[in-house]
Amino acid sequence: MNVGAEPGRITRVVILAVVGIIFALPILAMVEFTFRSGLSGGHTLDHWTGLVSEDAARTYRGLFQAIGNSFILAIVTVGIVVVILLPTMILVHLQFPRLRRVLEFICIIPITVPAIVLVVGLAPVYSVVVKLLGGATWTLAFAYGITVLPYAYRAIQANLDAVDVRTLSEAARTLSAGWMRVLWFVLLPNLRRGVLAAAFISVAVVLGEFTIASILNRRNLQTALLQVSQSDPWVATIFALLALLLAFVLLLSIGRLGRDRRTS
Amino acid sequence: MTDASSSVDVSGGAGAPPRRHRLRAAGSYLGLTPFAIYVLLFLAIPTTLAVSTGFFTEDGTLTLDNVTGLFAPNVLAAFGASFFVSAVTAVVGAIVGALVCYALLGLRPDGAVRSFIDSASSVLAQFGGVMLAFAFIALMGGQGLLTLFLKDQLGINIYENGNWLYQVPGLLPVYLYFQVPLMVITFMPALQGLKLTWAEANATLGGTRLTYWTRIAIPVLAPSFLGSLLLLFANAFSSYATAAALISQGAQIVPLQIRAALVSETVLGRENMAGALALGMVVVMVVVMWGYSVLQTRTSRWQR
Repeated sequence: MNVGAEPGRITRVVILAVVGIIFALPILAMVEFTFRSGLSGGHTLDHWTGLVSEDAARTYRGLFQAIGNSFILAIVTVGIVVVILLPTMILVHLQFPRLRRVLEFICIIPITVPAIVLVVGLAPVYSVVVKLLGGATWTLAFAYGITVLPYAYRAIQANLDAVDVRTLSEAARTLSAGWMRVLWFVLLPNLRRGVLAAAFISVAVVLGEFTIASILNRRNLQTALLQVSQSDPWVATIFALLALLLAFVLLLSIGRLGRDRRTS
Repeated sequence: MTDASSSVDVSGGAGAPPRRHRLRAAGSYLGLTPFAIYVLLFLAIPTTLAVSTGFFTEDGTLTLDNVTGLFAPNVLAAFGASFFVSAVTAVVGAIVGALVCYALLGLRPDGAVRSFIDSASSVLAQFGGVMLAFAFIALMGGQGLLTLFLKDQLGINIYENGNWLYQVPGLLPVYLYFQVPLMVITFMPALQGLKLTWAEANATLGGTRLTYWTRIAIPVLAPSFLGSLLLLFANAFSSYATAAALISQGAQIVPLQIRAALVSETVLGRENMAGALALGMVVVMVVVMWGYSVLQTRTSRWQR
C-alpha cells in the first residue's frame, strides 16, 4: 500500500536520471578530452599510448615522482591513524568514557578550521619541522593526519560502538592475556572493518589533497597535476581520471565493508 | 568512576589496594599523551598561530591594523563573494540533494542502486580541487564538450559575456558538483528516519499525500534540512583547491585572499594579513558550525 511517503516509480526514475546525467557529463567530458588530438578538433589515442611508450618514464618523471610522494604520504598518514588515533580511541572507550565527548570534539575541529586557515599556522610549525627532520615530502603527513581526523574518527567509532569491546577485553584479561595481546589478538580483529574504512578514506583524502601541499611548496599528486596541466593538459586529465577511479574503488569497498557487517 | 575501574579490577580482584589502582590509572593517562602531543603540535599550535598572527606586526608588536584591514573594500568584497558563492551553492545543493534523497526513499538500502549512489556520493563529495577544475574545463571551458556542442549545434555562445568560468560565477556550477553529493550523504539518514507508521496514521486519519508532507514530514525534517544546509555553506566557504585551480589571477574570494597574502613576496607584513583573514574565516566557520550542531541535536531527537 502506498500511503504517500514514498515517490512513485516515474518520479523516482525522472529525478535520478536527470541528476545522474548531469553528474556524468563532466566525467564524460574528461574522458573525451583525453582522446583529443589538439585542444579542439580530431581524436587520437596518442595521449594514452604515450604513457606506456619507452620514453614515458623520462617525460613524466616529475609526475611519477609526485605520485610516489602522494603514496608515501598516504601510507604515513594511515600509520598515524593506526598508531596514534586508534589506541587513543580504544583507551578512551575502555578507561575514560567521560573523555569521549572531549575526544570527539577534538577530532571534528578540523572541519571548523579549514585547511587554508590551518596552513597559515602550519607554515611556522613546518619551518621548525624542516630544521629537525629535513624538508622531505613525507613530513607533510603530520598535517594530513589532522586533516583526516574527522573521517577516521567516525569510521573507527562506528565500529567501536557496534562491538562490545569492554566484555571482549575483560574476558581476555580474565584469561590472563596482557594488554598487548588483548589489543593485537582480540580487539584489532574485531575492529578490522572500522580500521580498514578509516584507512581507505584517509588514502582517498590524502591523494586528493592540494591546499597544504601547494601553499607549503611541496610536490604531491595534485600540485603536480596542476603544474603538468599547463604544458600537457591531456596527460594531467588522464591521471586525474585514474585518481578518481582509485578513490571510487576505495570508497566502494568501504560501502562493502559496512554491508558485510550487517549481514554477518 | 565505577565504570572505568571495573575493567581494571578483573585481574586485581575487588580488594586490590587503592595505591596500585592509582598507579594503573596514571599509567593509562600516560597512554593518552602521544595523541595529546600530536594534536597540540599540529592542530592546537597551528590554529592558535593562524588566528593570532593577525594581531601582530612583522616584528612582533601588537597591532590592530591587520584586523581593521579586514574592512578594506577589496577584503569586504572578497567576503561578500565568498558568502554569495557559499549561500547559492548551499541552497541549490540542498534542494537538489534532498530531491535525490526523496527519490531514493523506498529503495532497499542494500540494493544495487542505493549502494552505487552512496559510494558515488562519498567520492564526489570529496572530489573538489584540481581534478574537478579539469572536469569542468573539459566540459564547459573555451573548447569544452558542452561549449562546442551548444555553439555548433544550437548556435548558443555561453561565453558571450566574457570568460565567466574562470571567475566567481564559474565557481557556482563547479561547487554544486560536490555540494549535491554532500547533501545526499548528510540528509539521507534523516529522511530514512521518517517512520512508515506516521504515513499510515496520516492515511487512516484521512490525510492525503499533501497533508503527510506539509503537516508531518516537512516539520520533522526541517531542522535536519537546515543543519545540512549550514554544513554545505561551511563546506563551500572553506574550500580552496577548486578555486585556486580555476582562478589563477586575482583574489576574488577569501581563501584566495589568504593565498595572495601568503605568497606575495613584494609586500612585507602580508603574512600577518593572512592571519587576520584566517581569523575572519574561523569566526564565520565557528558561527555556522555552532548553528549546525544546535540543529543536529534537535534532529537526533527524532532519529531515536
